[in-house]
Amino acid sequence: MTSTLILEQTFNGLQAGVTLFLVAAGLTLILGIMDFVFLAHGAQVMIGAYFAAAITAASGNFYLGILLAIPLTFASGYVLEFLVIRHLYRRDHMEQVLATFGLILFFNELIRIGFGPAALYSDLPPSLSGFVEILPDTPYPAYRLGVIGVGLACALAIHLFVSRTRIGAMVRAGANNPEMTAALGVNIRILFRLIFAAGACFAGVAGMLLGPLTAVQPGMGEPLLILSLVVIIIGGIGSVRGAFIAAIIVGLVDTLGRVFLPGLLRLVFDQATADGAGPALASMLVYILMAVVLIFRPTGLFPAKG
Amino acid sequence: MKKALTIVALAAAIGIAPAHADTVKIGYMTTLSGSAGIIGKQMQNAVELALEHKGGKLGGMDAEVIFADDQRKPDVAKQLANRLIKSDRVDVVAGVIWSNLLMAVMKPVTRSDTLLIGSNAGPSPIAGEQCHENFFSMSWQNDQTPEAMGKHMQDAGVKSVYLMAPNYQAGKDMLSGFKRYFKGEIAGEVYTKLGQSDFQAELSSLRAAAPETTMVFQPGGMGINFVKQWKQSGLDQVSKLYQVFSVDAVSLPALKDAALGILGTQSWSPDLDNDINRKFVADYKAKHGNYPSFYAAQAYDTILAIDHAIATSGSKDTDQMRAVLAKGNIPTTRGLLKMNSNHFPVQNFYLRDTVKDADGVVTTKVLSTVFADHADSYAANCKF
Repeated sequence: MTSTLILEQTFNGLQAGVTLFLVAAGLTLILGIMDFVFLAHGAQVMIGAYFAAAITAASGNFYLGILLAIPLTFASGYVLEFLVIRHLYRRDHMEQVLATFGLILFFNELIRIGFGPAALYSDLPPSLSGFVEILPDTPYPAYRLGVIGVGLACALAIHLFVSRTRIGAMVRAGANNPEMTAALGVNIRILFRLIFAAGACFAGVAGMLLGPLTAVQPGMGEPLLILSLVVIIIGGIGSVRGAFIAAIIVGLVDTLGRVFLPGLLRLVFDQATADGAGPALASMLVYILMAVVLIFRPTGLFPAKG
Repeated sequence: MKKALTIVALAAAIGIAPAHADTVKIGYMTTLSGSAGIIGKQMQNAVELALEHKGGKLGGMDAEVIFADDQRKPDVAKQLANRLIKSDRVDVVAGVIWSNLLMAVMKPVTRSDTLLIGSNAGPSPIAGEQCHENFFSMSWQNDQTPEAMGKHMQDAGVKSVYLMAPNYQAGKDMLSGFKRYFKGEIAGEVYTKLGQSDFQAELSSLRAAAPETTMVFQPGGMGINFVKQWKQSGLDQVSKLYQVFSVDAVSLPALKDAALGILGTQSWSPDLDNDINRKFVADYKAKHGNYPSFYAAQAYDTILAIDHAIATSGSKDTDQMRAVLAKGNIPTTRGLLKMNSNHFPVQNFYLRDTVKDADGVVTTKVLSTVFADHADSYAANCKF
C-alpha cells in the first residue's frame, strides 16, 4: 500500500463523488425546494446515457453525442414535468413515491422497447482514451480526469447560478415561501418546471459521462439513485453545497473503504474471515456514515436555510 | 417497494392458452426484466426456436411453454414455482439462471413429483448432499468451468494469479473450483460488490500489485463493465486477463474489439462441430441477427432433453421421463450428453478464444479441450 496508490484511489473516489453529485444536485433541489419525492431520477441518468450513446453511434462523434444529448435530456425533463409531475405536487409523499416508482418501470420498459434489452455499445472517444501522469509513474485515465473536471465545473456553475443570479434568487425565494414568491409576480410553476428540467439534465450528464465507462443498459441509473439519496440526506435536503460536499465524502468513503478495508481487516483476522467480512462491511460504510450524521445532525451537514 | 415488485412480477409472467390431456406443459422460469433481462430474452428465444424446430411438438405430444419472469428475486421465483405447479399444473419446470433462485425453487418443485430441469445454475449443494432424483441439470456444476480454467493455467505454466469475483455464493464457488486445479501462487483474492458497475478502484489496486495473470468471474452486465474498464486502464500491459462467464454472446455486442484475445473456458461454443449445434447457431443468427450465448444453447438443450425423454418413454409421466434422462445419451448442441449419478452432465470443457468471424463479428472459438468427460466433485455425496 503505497502513497501513490492512495493518491490514485483518492482520484477514483473523487471521480465517483462528482458523478454522484451530478445526480444528487437535481434530486436535492426537487426534494428540498419543490418538496417533491422523485424516485425516477435514475431513469434520467439512463436517458442521458442512451441519448449520448445512440447519437455517438450514429454520428461517430462522441462530443457531438454529448452536445446534442444535453438539450434532449433537458427537454425530456421539461416534458415529463409538464405531462406528469406537475399534477402530483399537491399529493402526499406516499402517492408521489408510488407514481414516480411507476415512472421507473415505465422508462425501463420504454428503453427496452426502443433499444432492446441488450446493453448498447459505447466506448471512450479516441482523444480521451490515453493516460495522464498524475505523479511520475502513476498513469491515470485521461477520460476519468475529464469526468472530474466536468463534474467540478458543473458544481461551480450550479453554485454561481443559485447564489449570484436573479433566477437563482427566485429559486431560493420559492423554496422559502412559494405563495409569497408567487404573489410578488414570480411565475412559480415555470420556475419549478425549469428546476426539474435542469435537475434531469444534470443527472443526464452523469449518465452521458458514465456511458463509455459502464454498460449502457435498462436500469443502469438505479444503483446511483440509492447512493444519491444517501448523499442528499447527509448533505442536508435542498442544499446544493451540502450535496456537493456529501457526494465527495460518500465517493471517497465508498472507494477507499472498498479497497483498503479488506486489507486492514486481514491485519486483525485470518484471511477467510477478512475476505468475507471486508467487502460486506465496505458496502455498509456509507450507510453507517449516514446513520452517524443523522444522530448528530438530524437535518444534515448543511441544512438549507429557511 | 418489494411488494409492488412482486405484484409486477406476477403480472409480467406470460401465460398461453390452457392445455388438453395429450399436451405436455412446461413452466420455463427465467429473468426477463431488469438489467439481466437480456439473458432471459436469449433463453426465451432459444426455447421458442427449439419448439419451432420440433414443429411445436415434443416427443410427438403438443407442447405448451409458460414463461415466468422471476425478476432475479428468490421470493418471486418461489411463488412462481408454486403457481406453475399448483395452478398451471405443468409437467416440467425448467430454466432458472441464478444459483440462489435455483436453491429457492428446488424443494417446492422436486417434492411435488414434478421434474425440474436446470438450464444454467449448478450450485454445489444440489449436486451433492441436497440432490434430488427429480432434478436434472442441462448445464454444469458451478465449480467445473473455473476448474477447467485452473487446469489450463496450471498446464500453461502460469506461476501467479490475481482473482476477482462478486461477493456471493457463486463467486466463492467459482474461485474455490479454480483453486482446486491451479496450484500456483494466489497474488490477490478480491470480492467485489454484486452488481458493481465501476471497478476502477479495484483496477488501481490490481495495477499496483502487478500480478502475472488475472482471472475473473463477473457474469452479465458486470462483465461488460469489467472488461471495458480493464482495457481503458491499459492493464493489458500489466497482467494477462483470463475469465469465466464474463465474456460471452451477451456481453460481446457491447464490448466488440475490447474483448478480442481474452481466453475463457466453457462447455459450449457456437463453433462446436455437430449437426444440432450448427443448425441451432445458424437458425438463431438468422432469426435474431446475433450469436446465441451459452445461456441460449443450454435453454435449447433443455427443450431437446424433454423431447428426448417423452419420445423415448412415450409418456410425460415423471417416473418414466426421469428413467430416460438418468441414462444420459441426450442429443444436445454439445453432442450426446452423458449423465452422472447426481443427474449433472459429464461433459467436455473447452478453452475458448475471443475472435472475429468471417463477417467481422466478435465471437468465441474453441482452441482446445481442457477436460474430456469431466465429472463434478460432489456426485459421491449424492444419495437419492
